Order: sequence, then C-alpha cells, then structure tokens
Amino acid sequence: MQVPAPIAYERATSLSNAIELLSRHGPESRIIAGGHSLLPMMKLRLARPEVVIDINDLAELDYIRANSDHLQIGAMVRHASLMNSDIANRYFPIFREAETVIADPIVRNRGTVGGSLCQADPAEDLAAVFAALKASVVITGNNGSRTVPISSFHIGPYMTVVEPDELLTEVIVPLRTHVGSAYEKVERRAGDWGIASVGAMIVLNSGQISEAGIGLAAVRADHFRAVEAESFLLGKQPTADVIAQAALIASENCQPVADQRGPEDYKRHLVKELTTRALNRAIDKAREEGT
Amino acid sequence: MTDLQTKPEGVGFGRVSRKEDARFVRGKGNYLDDIALPNMLYGAVLRSPYAHARIKSIDTAAAQAHPKVKAVITGQILESLNLAWIPSLSHDVIAVLATDKVRYQGQEVAFVIAEDRYSARDALELIDVDYELLPPVVDAKRALDPDAPVIRDDIEGKKDNYIFDWGSGNEEATEAAFKKADIVVEQEMLYPRVHPAPMETCGAIADMDPISGKLTIYCTTQAPHAHRTLYALVAGLPEHKLRVISPDIGGGFGNKVGIYPGYVLAVVGSIVTKRPVKWMEDRSENLMSTSFARDYHMKGKIAATKDGKILGLRVDVLADHGAFNNTAQPSKFPAGFFHVFSGSYDLEAAYCSVRGVYTNKAPGGVAYACSFRVTEAVYAVERMVDRLALELDIDPAELRMKNLLKPEQFPYTSPTGWEYDSGEYPRALELAMKISGYQELRKEQAEKRRRGELMGIGISFFTETVGAGPKKHMDILGLGMADGCEVRVHPTGKAVVRLSVQTQGQGHETTFAQIVSEVTGIPVADVEVVHGDTDNTPFGLGTYGSRSTPVSGAAAAVASKRIVEKAKLIAAAMLECSPDDLEWESGRWHIKGDPTAGKTISEIAFAAHSTQELPQGMEGHLDASCVYDPPNLTFPFGAYICVVDVDPGTGKVTVRRFIAVDDCGPRINPMIVEGQIHGGLADGVGMALMEQIAFDEDGNCLGGSLMDYLLPTALECPSWETGETVTPSPHHPLGLKGVGESATVGSPPAVVNAVLDALKPFGVKHADMPLTPAQVWRAMQGRPMRTDLAIQ
Repeated sequence: MQVPAPIAYERATSLSNAIELLSRHGPESRIIAGGHSLLPMMKLRLARPEVVIDINDLAELDYIRANSDHLQIGAMVRHASLMNSDIANRYFPIFREAETVIADPIVRNRGTVGGSLCQADPAEDLAAVFAALKASVVITGNNGSRTVPISSFHIGPYMTVVEPDELLTEVIVPLRTHVGSAYEKVERRAGDWGIASVGAMIVLNSGQISEAGIGLAAVRADHFRAVEAESFLLGKQPTADVIAQAALIASENCQPVADQRGPEDYKRHLVKELTTRALNRAIDKAREEGT
Repeated sequence: MTDLQTKPEGVGFGRVSRKEDARFVRGKGNYLDDIALPNMLYGAVLRSPYAHARIKSIDTAAAQAHPKVKAVITGQILESLNLAWIPSLSHDVIAVLATDKVRYQGQEVAFVIAEDRYSARDALELIDVDYELLPPVVDAKRALDPDAPVIRDDIEGKKDNYIFDWGSGNEEATEAAFKKADIVVEQEMLYPRVHPAPMETCGAIADMDPISGKLTIYCTTQAPHAHRTLYALVAGLPEHKLRVISPDIGGGFGNKVGIYPGYVLAVVGSIVTKRPVKWMEDRSENLMSTSFARDYHMKGKIAATKDGKILGLRVDVLADHGAFNNTAQPSKFPAGFFHVFSGSYDLEAAYCSVRGVYTNKAPGGVAYACSFRVTEAVYAVERMVDRLALELDIDPAELRMKNLLKPEQFPYTSPTGWEYDSGEYPRALELAMKISGYQELRKEQAEKRRRGELMGIGISFFTETVGAGPKKHMDILGLGMADGCEVRVHPTGKAVVRLSVQTQGQGHETTFAQIVSEVTGIPVADVEVVHGDTDNTPFGLGTYGSRSTPVSGAAAAVASKRIVEKAKLIAAAMLECSPDDLEWESGRWHIKGDPTAGKTISEIAFAAHSTQELPQGMEGHLDASCVYDPPNLTFPFGAYICVVDVDPGTGKVTVRRFIAVDDCGPRINPMIVEGQIHGGLADGVGMALMEQIAFDEDGNCLGGSLMDYLLPTALECPSWETGETVTPSPHHPLGLKGVGESATVGSPPAVVNAVLDALKPFGVKHADMPLTPAQVWRAMQGRPMRTDLAIQ
C-alpha cells in the first residue's frame, strides 16, 4: 500500500473560510476537492503538501446555470454532473462527449471541474474543451475576484495563474447561436489520458464560419489552443478542403513529444485526423441549429 | 463411476455455485493484508532508483533515530547472517538486499521495520545511499556486445552477460526439411515483457515464536509447501519448525510462485525484533520488481510445399532474463516448455534454440499464466503459420486445417519429443469456424475492403502443455513434481479433502469438492476443502502451470476411488455378502440385481467408525490418501477466432468478436471453466493491444504504475463466445486436462493475427505487440516500432 507523507488536514466551511485557510497556511497548503489527482500524487510522494484544505463542503460552488449571455459552471461541479447536465449540453454537447471519455465513473463521480483545471495536466481534456469554447475562469482571493480568459490561465505543465492564496471558483462560457461543438480523443484504453484530444466549436453565419474554437490536449499546444487554425477558418465556407487545411495547420502548431503513448509523428497525425473529425461534426451540429 | 446421468442433484460435476463466493461477495475474504497479529511491526523496502550503480555507502543513522523505527537492515547485515544472496530456481543467485551493486531499478537496498507502515515508509527517506552510476544494459540485443557493461561481476570470472544456450529438436533434419521446401518464410518477432499484475500484490507476515522456535510465515504464495522446503534448504531453518500459511490469494498468475526478497526480509525482521513483521509491497513495487513474464526475441523460420504442406519449423530465441536468472521451471528446462513450439501441426522436423542473457531489468520470467513458456511457443508457431498463409495466399483456416494433427495420430510424439496424450483438432477448428460464421465473415471483410474499411479475422490453434510433471522427466530444485491429497470421510458421511495446491481465485474449494463428490457420491456441499496451510495439508508443489487439476485433481480422484473401494468391502461386511456381488451407484453400494439392498456412503462411514465387525485385516475409519506422480503431461487445446475492426485514421483496434472453442477434457464445473477462459481472453486482449513494460535508455522502467501498465477493462472486451469439445486425457483418472492458462496461451496470436489481417491492404506483414493505436498506425506507414524500448 502506498502511503503519503505526514500531512495536516483542514476542512473549509465556506468560500471565505477556504481563502482564509489558504492565506494562513501559505504556499505549502493545497486545496483538495475530488482528490483523484492529488491523492495518488501524495501516495507516490510526488506531491507533499503540509496541509490539505478540503473544500468538499462548499456546496455554494456546485452549480451549473445559464443566464442570457453565459453558462456558469461552479468549481465544485463534479465531472459526472457536467456530463449529465441538460443545460450545459443543450448549449454545448462537447461537454458530454468529452466527459464520457474522461477517466472512469469512479473518478467522474468525485473529480471536479475546478480541480481538473487547476491540476493543469498537459493531457487534461477539460482544458481543451474550455479552450475551444473560449471560456473564462473566475479566481477568488482575499481582495475579491478576478476573471481570466482560459487562454491566459495556464502558464505551463501543472502550473496556472492561480496564486497560493486564491481559489478558482467558476468557469464562464459565452453562449452563442448557430453553434456546434464536438470532442474527439484517442486513448490506448478506456480511462487512460489521451494520446491526443481535440475539441472544436464552430459558429456559422450565413454558411460561413464566424467563430471557431479548437482546443488540443496532450500535444503541448500553447494554452491548449490551435489559434492559427482558428484564424484560418474565420470567414470561410466549411468545405472539406478548408477543414483539411485547418487540421493540417493545427497539427503543425503544437509540440507533441514522444512518450509511451506514441511517437511525435503519430501524435501530429492524430491532431490532424481528430481536428478534421471534430470540425466536421461541430459544423454538422451548427448546421442542424439552422443558419 | 463418472456416469453423469445417474447422479443426484448437488453431486459431482456440473454448474455448482462457487462455495468461496459466499465470503468474497460479502467482503469477508481473508487476504494477507487483512491479517493483523498482536504486536505486529511493519516493514518497508528501500529500492534502487537506478538500473545499474555501485553502492559506495549506506548511512542509516537518521532512519534508526526515527522514534518509531525498530530496526534497519542492510545488505551488510544480511551478509553477516549469510543471507544477502539466496539461490534462485535456475542455478543462479539473487540478492536479498544489494551489497555491491544495484542491478535494476527497483532492486531492494535496505529494509526498515517500524511500529506502523507510515513510519516505515517515512524512514526510508532518511536513509542516505551513495551510488556511483554505471552504464546499464537495456537492449537485450546488445547484451553480448564485447563492450557491454558486465552486470554480474559478483560471479567469479564473469566477463559478459551470457547465461545459457539451450536447444531442442533435430537441427539437421530441420535443415533438410528447409532444403526441400518450395517456400521458406522468416519473421522476427518479440513477445514483450509483460507483468502478471495480480489485483493483490505480494506480501508476507513472519512470526517467529522465540519460545518454541517455530516460525509461521503467512504469505501470498501459490506454492506453500515448496516455499517451506526452500526456506529450510536456503536458510537452514528446521522444516518441522516452519509453517507456511497461504490465506485467500487475490490472483497469482505465476507472480506468486517465487520467494521474493521481501519475504526473506520479513523473516529476518521477525527474528531480529522478536515480533511479527508484515511486509506488503505496493503496486509500483509489484510492477517494477517482481517476476515479469515473456521478453522473448524470436526469429522464426517456416518451410512448406507450394500447396501449403508445412515441412519444418525453426525458432531461435534471445531470452531477456533480467539481472538474475530467476525463472521458475523444471530444472532441466531453462526455457520451460518452449520446445513444444511445433504446436498443433504435423511437421517433419523442428528445432529451437534459446540463448539467455542478463540485462539491467527486474529478474524473473516465471510465468504469467504461461504454462512454462508455452505462451511464447504458441505465439511463435501461430504467427509463423499466418505468415506462411500470407505468402502462399492461402486462407489461414484452410492452411491450418490442412496441417493439423489427425485424431488417429494420437498419442502423438512431437519432433521435440513430447507425447501429446489425446486430441481431435479438426473438430475444434470446425466448431469455431461454425460459431463464427467464418465464410460470411470473410465475405463481409471483402466488401468492407472495397469500401476502404479495415476488418480483420485472426485464428489461433493452440496445444497447451500442462500438469507438470512426471518425476522421471522433471523436478524443481530436486523436488519431484508429485502432489499429495488426503480424503477423510467423517462418521456422519461428511468429508474433508486436504490439498497441497493453493487456489488464487480459481475456485478450488468448489472444484476439488466436486471431484471428491463425483467419485464418492457425497454431495458437494458436504465436502470441505482444506488447503494453503503446510501444517494441515500433504506435501506437493503448488498451483501454477495449470497443474492443479491434472496433478492434484488426479490425486483427489485416486484417493476418492480408494475410499469407494474400501467402502465396498465394508458394505459387503454390513450386507453379509461378497464384495463381488456389489454394484456401485452414485454414493451407494447395493447388491447386484437388488437395488433395495444397499448401503449409502454415509451408512458405511458410520459403520467404519462403529462396532461393526470389519473384514479381516481392515483397519477402521474411512480415509484414504494418494501421492500422484503423473505418467505424462496433459495437452488441452483449442481453436480461437478473433474479429477486429481497425480505424484507418487513428489505428485504434476494436475487438468486435472473440470465439473460443476449448477442449480441456471433461469439465468439472463448466461455469468456473468459462470464467477461467473469459479471464484468459481478456488477458490476451490486454497483452496483444496494451500491456507492456519497456525501459528507457537509462534503464528506467516505463511500466511502473497502472497508469503506465495498462490492463484491459470491460470496454475493451467483446461479449465472449465460447464453445467446447471434449477429448478426455487417456491417462488422467477422470480424463481431466486443466484449463487455467489455455485462453492466455491461445488468445494473443488470434488478436494479433486479426489486426495484421486487417492491415493486409497496407502490405503489413508483422508488427510486435502491443498493437497500440500508435503501433498500428506506424505499421500502416511501414515503420512498426520496437516495443521493448522507450518510444522515440
């Protein structure tokens, strides 16, 4: 049995209490929500926080709601809740598509949206999903909240702009009309991290692409995004040739590295193949919404 | 005696619910880590982070100063006890704790004993080891290069990494067969290193009673008696003062055959601290340091006439044995039973050679449901037959049918000297083809190919080689591979059967009760199975290599038959007739022609313990025992067909169907047999598609967690389609053959053949396991990867 190093444990009673505990215990404290990334790392002693601050009682952060402009997802929403959320999936079916291939039911029942983003694993699927959707995150600290676009949230593998005394509290996704979204992932086995994953969002306006979002996971794309491919698509008719071009551009604008999931050339190939598939399906869904 | 028609309900063979499941489904199993003895201490092992390094010094002072640490043991301390090195099962030694060098990542360096497992683990970090890094040998193909670093400089005069050369078959006759052939096909292939990965990892609790001098070892062992004798031989401990208890075991697959350093350290720890010491490895320790399986680099060569009559087969193997030669197989067979590699076919000649080398990797190569390397052998021949089919453009089913041994050829002596006991091969393949709808599948495949879709159909026909083994041919460290069994019928007609073998989940508590029941007519529910405790069971070598049913099952059958024979004499005395006038029905002797005049086994058992006058010279009670030395091995077989779909864009393989026709002789409990087969098939899908322990250039193990070493889930498995034929073994008392590893042996080549069949339009001839999406895509590009090294 793998056992963690000695730790102290705090259980936050509210958001303000959680931030107070973070401030009190300093940089060697870590927030624990679902725990499915942090606990294994602690057992392997790759992570050695001195204090874990449990925020599982923070029901105030467990919500999915929509107003006229935005979808708001609280940080404590579990993967399973997002997967099964009618509101979220009515606007963006990419959520269900991605969530069904994230880990396994045991992890999805406990793991949270906020935890996944803050863990910032380079293969994190939700990072690619929110990149495709051009979401923003709300980060709360002693001095109130700040909103950060997802495109400047990650600053490196396992690193984000969240300060030691701050907490990610919400993800905001702008709502669109005539929008379609889809997620594609190839994994070696169910529950494994993706070899490569691609999320796509397309907004059609009079048959032309008026907005495009392409998120990439596990292939070291800057901020999990294929910006060049997105720009290429803007204002174009979504023909097979255009999609193929965009997919090629996406595959060239990432830096996958060889590991036991696959060599670099295969990962680039996958980005191309999966971008094509995700774009095609996103476009089909956008068309279904009527233009 | 085994007539299935005349048995009452609840007696003998059949689909009986597993007796052990009553406790398992309630969470009431008793596994090693469930056991807590009074005053027990906990041990933890410090392991090497490096694959090859010299130990300059070890400073344990800080660890010893930890308030909860009771002792820290190093290789130096073990040396003083003459226990730093222990003999392996393959004429080599293994280090219990490294003294001079570490030779693989994860090797044991020090052992901490503390009051709780957290403190023991914490204290490992307080030990300071000064290592001098040495270049590692990672690529087995370069282990014998003249400039390769010498791993085993502990062996006097050792100047290279060579272990052994071994061959079997007739090399000249094989060359002659190749000379006259119309076609010769060659193929190199790797059976990669895989790991048994049982759900329960390995562990032990050692409890030395300082007053009586008796040492009790609770241990996750598949072979409690063999362990006890080895402890006695190796450590000089008196065997009568040793008791090995193997509690419920959460999977073994060969991983729990050997004696690991951790077990020895628990024993030393208990002797040193005079308290019970528990050591239980964690998942990464299990994957990185305990016995792996396979790791055979094979070069196959098959010869045939142009119309597809196979003439000869040759396989040359480079075997990666890791840092210590610690394979567990009968002494005379350094490559196990690999030389059964001519498989199920009628060949003129065959020859194999195996060269073993050391590398800076974990030692072992025991098993993993491999029947002593029959797995590698079956993979080699089944891939070669498919390669031949591809070159000759003959349907692989047709090619196999043409070359399979005919029923009238049995008993059949193979080109390497095995005597196959019985078989009806074409019948099994025909049945598998029928269940699969083989011709329709081929039509569907042709249509799909026209549309650019990739569908593959793979066949594997295997002959297993199990039930080791006859004393005249095999032993392990001088111990014959016979197993004992004792059956005792209590006065009220209930029975207890004591076994030398130990279940790891196979259901022995049910199937051995069924064997006794089948023979004696005592209801299955009334037979208690006792196993896993050397103080309470007869000697025998344990459960591995699918040997429990062929060897111990035979012992149980013979002992039960002896009970029935003794019961006959007692019944005759009770009925005041001649034994010759009696006739057996299940559970009862009656007078021939008068079924109303008889005595049940219960009545006879009571009489045997009562004042009833017994025949002259007969002692009372109704007990019998048997030590069974099998006259031959048994040879289960089967025909497997796998259907896969491959995504041409991503290389992802989906196993759509798997048809498994198994012939293991009569089935004791068809439900348990099917369970064994389902598990083995899942295992085969895992090995073929995802399981792999590769090493990077520094010798780091790249499969050290279950996030890296992938085991298949239900989502990767189709709904298995099973079928059966029954060809009894002529020499087993009940005709039984064993089935534990059949599916593991037979399924990987079926999956691989199916994937490669799907890739035929790309001109792909071979790619090594595991056929991950990346490997399949690379194969489609004509650039398959080596799967034993890190992906570059």
